[in-house]
Amino acid sequence: MIKQRIDKLGAVIALIAMPALLFVPFVTFKANRIVHGQPVSVYSALPTWAAACLTGVTFGVLLSAMIKTGVLVRVLAACLGLVTVLIAIGLAAIHLTPDGNSFVRVSTASGFWLMLFALSMLLIDALARLRPQPVARMLLLLGGLLTIAAFVMSGLWNELSLLKEFSTRADGFWREAWRHLALAVGSLLAAFAIGLPLGILCYRVEKARAAILSLLNIIQTVPSIALFGLLIAPLGWIAANLAGASELGIRGIGAAPAFIALVLYALLPIVANTVSGLVGVDAAVSNAAKGLGMTDGQILRRIELPLAMPAILTAIRIVLVQNIGMATIAALIGGGGFGVFVFQGIGQTATDLVLLGALPTVALALCAAVIMDALTELATRARKETATA
Amino acid sequence: MQITSGIVFRTLFGLGILAFLARPEWFESALGLFVDPNMPVVYRQGNLFFLLLQHLALVLAATTVATLVAITAAIFVTRSVGIDFMPLSRSIVSIGQTFPPVAVLALCVPVLGFGNGPTLVALILYGLLPIFENALTALRTIDPAVLEAARGSGMSESQKLMRVEMPLAMPLIISGIRLSAVISVATATIGSTVAAKTLGEVIVAGLQSYNYAFILQGGVLVAALALLIHDTLMIVELRMQRLRRPVSN
Repeated sequence: MIKQRIDKLGAVIALIAMPALLFVPFVTFKANRIVHGQPVSVYSALPTWAAACLTGVTFGVLLSAMIKTGVLVRVLAACLGLVTVLIAIGLAAIHLTPDGNSFVRVSTASGFWLMLFALSMLLIDALARLRPQPVARMLLLLGGLLTIAAFVMSGLWNELSLLKEFSTRADGFWREAWRHLALAVGSLLAAFAIGLPLGILCYRVEKARAAILSLLNIIQTVPSIALFGLLIAPLGWIAANLAGASELGIRGIGAAPAFIALVLYALLPIVANTVSGLVGVDAAVSNAAKGLGMTDGQILRRIELPLAMPAILTAIRIVLVQNIGMATIAALIGGGGFGVFVFQGIGQTATDLVLLGALPTVALALCAAVIMDALTELATRARKETATA
Repeated sequence: MQITSGIVFRTLFGLGILAFLARPEWFESALGLFVDPNMPVVYRQGNLFFLLLQHLALVLAATTVATLVAITAAIFVTRSVGIDFMPLSRSIVSIGQTFPPVAVLALCVPVLGFGNGPTLVALILYGLLPIFENALTALRTIDPAVLEAARGSGMSESQKLMRVEMPLAMPLIISGIRLSAVISVATATIGSTVAAKTLGEVIVAGLQSYNYAFILQGGVLVAALALLIHDTLMIVELRMQRLRRPVSN
């Protein structure tokens, strides 16, 4: 009987989180930024009361995860566990840093990440079973972002190495964040402006369709850094040999090749989805519109494009997430963005600097995915409602 | 369709690449246009052909491991024993693919150090997702009537899996493998920033010394490798669909 009461996934999560708590180092302690770090367990990193609280809460959460309970209970338990671990990591950094010592670095270690991973899996699983509505998903995302903002603002994490890396380059961080967004969103807009007409053309002129789509497919296959490279050489040649080109900001190295490459990559999803969205429009609907005396242009604008909207929105989601990821690589060719910190961090073997670049990128991509998914779902639903009305 | 023009283009491109690998000096004057007269024109710090092979080997190794793990996992969560893991695995697939490959790569470095190791792990982790996603979709969307018929004809669970479900799922799985391998070629290229031995080395060396000729030859070689892998797997996929067609009719 007891076998049926045990939740298999909860058991696996407990198998990851328990040993992570008890045996894996929670933080890494360094006397300064350069020296090799020493691993520190939860029980040496935290004051006794805090270690006891963390252990108690974690065991409670994992026990509740291992028994089959209501989904809402699991969501709350996972949230409680996550917040506790996030508080503990801040407390550990404060506890290990001697007063007034600004050289000491306390970084997150594998135990912390494993616990975070296990508890996130618990939360994600519970949320997946809960199946929240689009608006609720966006509110949950907002809640998550506000929680992280609250942690950063409260000063609880100030002694963490990651936050120290952030505070020493706060200006640079926001500048690169802006460049990253500008690159990702700007290239999306440019690709949309080119891709939508191109998609309509492909829909109308069937001969062009195969040729354009297979060309875009080839471009999509070329790895990003190679495409950057292929654009750098000609752009560099133009800048060097064409008067006035470099004044316009056209240079071999910098944001220009990255921007062009991102636009080229974005074209395939946008064109392909526009075509499939338009092809999917019921012929009876457009025929009826024609019967009402609408011109081709009117049919396209008032009937076909609105009906193809969910497919086009899906393409925008794919492109946005893809662009946010690829914009990281732009830093390699001097295009800026969060990749600057990632590659600097790799160069200095400074994990926290890598995290400073990688975590916001992941967060940005995740936000884009959740928001666009929700919007697509809302648009699809609106379409269905108008169809039945 | 313009299959013929595609074949002609690919053949010429392939021959050009082979000629460049065998006799780089033939291309020196053309590449020389992009660099200052006193700069090296052809990358000679490592043999380009060996770099190409190492790049290919890394991608093949990662894709093989990713395929085995992904298919096993997809089979597991679609059986009754593993059904509890289905909602989570579907979320992991959609969330995991929003992680930029560079981030995955960079985060492997502190754990594994520099070199081929972190790149291989990043390639496997990241390459798992498209294969798993496609395998999952393929196994979940098999017509229940077909499964019922298999059961009715006295097949055991494992016979049903091997003789009915896997063959039906194969084309979609292959297309996942193609996607994964193409992504891996790209991620392996970036791997050279953490000292993996791949063609990315040529591009990175070019970026560091503002040598546009290096950047160009590295870029073309990587692009050629990606297209080669893409086309090969595409051919396999089309073959398989063609083989299946008479059966499903």
